[in-house]
Amino acid sequence: MTPELTVLAADTDGVNGVALAVLVVLFLIVTVAGFMASRFKRADSMESLDEWGLGGRSFGTWITWFLLGGDLYTAYTFVAVPAAMFATGAVAGFFAVPYTIILYPIIFIFMARLWSVSHRHGYVTPADFVRGRYDDRGLSLAVAVTGFVATMPYIALQLVGIQAVLEVVGLGGGDNIIAKDAPLFIAFAVLAAYTYSSGLRAPAVIAFVKDILIYLVIIVAVIYLPGQVGGWEAIFGAAEDKMDANNAAAVEAGLNPTSSFVPGSGAFWAYATLALGSAMALFMYPHSVTASLSSNSRNTIRRNASILPAYSFVLGLLALLGWVAIAAGTQPIGLDGEPNAQLVIPQLFEDMFPSWFAGVAFAAIAIGALVPAAIMSIAAANTFSRNIYKEWINKGATPAQEAKVSKLMSLLVKAFALVFVLTLDKQNAINFQLLGGIWIMQTFPAIVFSLFTRWFHRYGLLLGWAVGLVYGTVEAYQVVNPVTGKHFGGSTALIPGIGELGYIAVTAFVLNVVVAVVVTAVMRAMKVSNGHDETIPFDYFADADDPRVQKDLVEHDADVATDARAPHHEADGDDVPGSTPAR
Amino acid sequence: MSLGNNSPQSRPDPEVPPTDMRKMALAGVLLAIPIVVLLWVPHYAKVEPTLFGFPFFFWYQFLWVFLCSAMTYAAFRLTLSARGKTSHKAGEDR
Repeated sequence: MTPELTVLAADTDGVNGVALAVLVVLFLIVTVAGFMASRFKRADSMESLDEWGLGGRSFGTWITWFLLGGDLYTAYTFVAVPAAMFATGAVAGFFAVPYTIILYPIIFIFMARLWSVSHRHGYVTPADFVRGRYDDRGLSLAVAVTGFVATMPYIALQLVGIQAVLEVVGLGGGDNIIAKDAPLFIAFAVLAAYTYSSGLRAPAVIAFVKDILIYLVIIVAVIYLPGQVGGWEAIFGAAEDKMDANNAAAVEAGLNPTSSFVPGSGAFWAYATLALGSAMALFMYPHSVTASLSSNSRNTIRRNASILPAYSFVLGLLALLGWVAIAAGTQPIGLDGEPNAQLVIPQLFEDMFPSWFAGVAFAAIAIGALVPAAIMSIAAANTFSRNIYKEWINKGATPAQEAKVSKLMSLLVKAFALVFVLTLDKQNAINFQLLGGIWIMQTFPAIVFSLFTRWFHRYGLLLGWAVGLVYGTVEAYQVVNPVTGKHFGGSTALIPGIGELGYIAVTAFVLNVVVAVVVTAVMRAMKVSNGHDETIPFDYFADADDPRVQKDLVEHDADVATDARAPHHEADGDDVPGSTPAR
Repeated sequence: MSLGNNSPQSRPDPEVPPTDMRKMALAGVLLAIPIVVLLWVPHYAKVEPTLFGFPFFFWYQFLWVFLCSAMTYAAFRLTLSARGKTSHKAGEDR
């Protein structure tokens, strides 16, 4: 490669030229695809949130499958989980497998209802739904802000993934402050540009390329690599030895042993609550909801819930690559000369694969981080423009203005995430996602419970949210990393009353629900108004091309026209079920 | 949490599609099984018996990927037939 690239990595074993060339070529292909994506299922105008932010709500089973997969299986999967397996073993990393299995029954239960009600009322975000359900701006703002803030560490995790690849390939790092992060900035700028111009269609198109690359790399990796290091028995043996040695060293240093091969009896609660909490939290994120709502039918989501677990299998194999790296003796050393577990998978690929295939694998990881970063920033931006800008700043915003604000916010969100990456401790990447989970899970009662019942009182939900959020944040702050002494060092703490370690998000959630129930009982006893509900029971069952929708729609619109208490029906006008599928 | 066949509040119900409650209950059970099994960690947190070199803990969870997928698909078919609507034909599987 060119001399100036070598200079960037002067203090390492150099740039892997072939791998870098393959990475750059694949990255360019994806970039072109991203810009071309605006022609995909082309709409007359991109100047509305339905088009820019939801791809015209026209995606069928397979596109939704790729999109949701592109969304859920991210740098978290390729970088953070194997790194956690490599560093401290099964409790810290493998819980991601039960998490991504029980995820699907959970979303099966409520997501079809959310799809239906969202299509009947033109909701784009979870906060839209809460607003319509209770006509309460405070509760809706709470949901919107939580979604917006909790997404940032998750996007940051994606950028950590891209940076890990760039670091292993030999780009970035070094002493020059500009050269150090320049490759990340370039990748970031390209991502921002095509997201801005193509909206959700860009990640939908790129997700195909990404998944093909990922599957190719995974299949080659899990067939080829174990044989190279002596087979699975040797791999599990090496992992068990390393975890035992870790624990022995921890005991010697006077610390709690935290590594595990197979969870011991002290870690059952932690393993189960990490899985459950992560599963309940994931579909509260605006980006997961966006991907679900962009499907063209209520049942697309349920069908997807039964085919998406294919990704969970892949995730489990990827997690175990962290242990393959143990058996292979991979040394994940960063360009600054310090060990950095986040680099373990790219480093393993560079050590074990021919250069050109390492390049393909790097591209898979980098593109696999770009797609979700794009989707997350679009969804966070939609949340901002719908529920903060339109609700609080410019009430008369036109669809074109909303789309404009969303586009600008999608840039700003990524900039915030970049700040996270440049300032926070990246050793802790999986913890980024777990911290976001603590916050976002506190919106679960307001969103999911409200899909089934209006028994809960809006003030109860709001107070429960606040208590859960404060408790979760304080508890997480108090977790100090014993090695670095930093706060926010982990996401598990003792569960009060049980005395075992558990995921803080779940404890905070239980507290949240208890507060919500108690306050609801009081509010109902005092007969405090629970706001106006603009939805009707049928809304929760509607499907795009159900003939009954057409008939009931006429009646529903007649009701709405005469219902003076439903102010934003007249204003919205997008209260059409399923919009018009743009196929 | 109910399975989605209750009216959200005490309004009259003609708007809710007719639903076969037994099928919905069965679907609910199918969805609950993987959640309960995988959260009950003590019964599978062990090394023996191994399969192709994989400790039980690992291959057992991989097995549940497929079991859960099958159960979710069965629940999907059940909910479709329980509600007696066939709207899933148009526009899917393109």
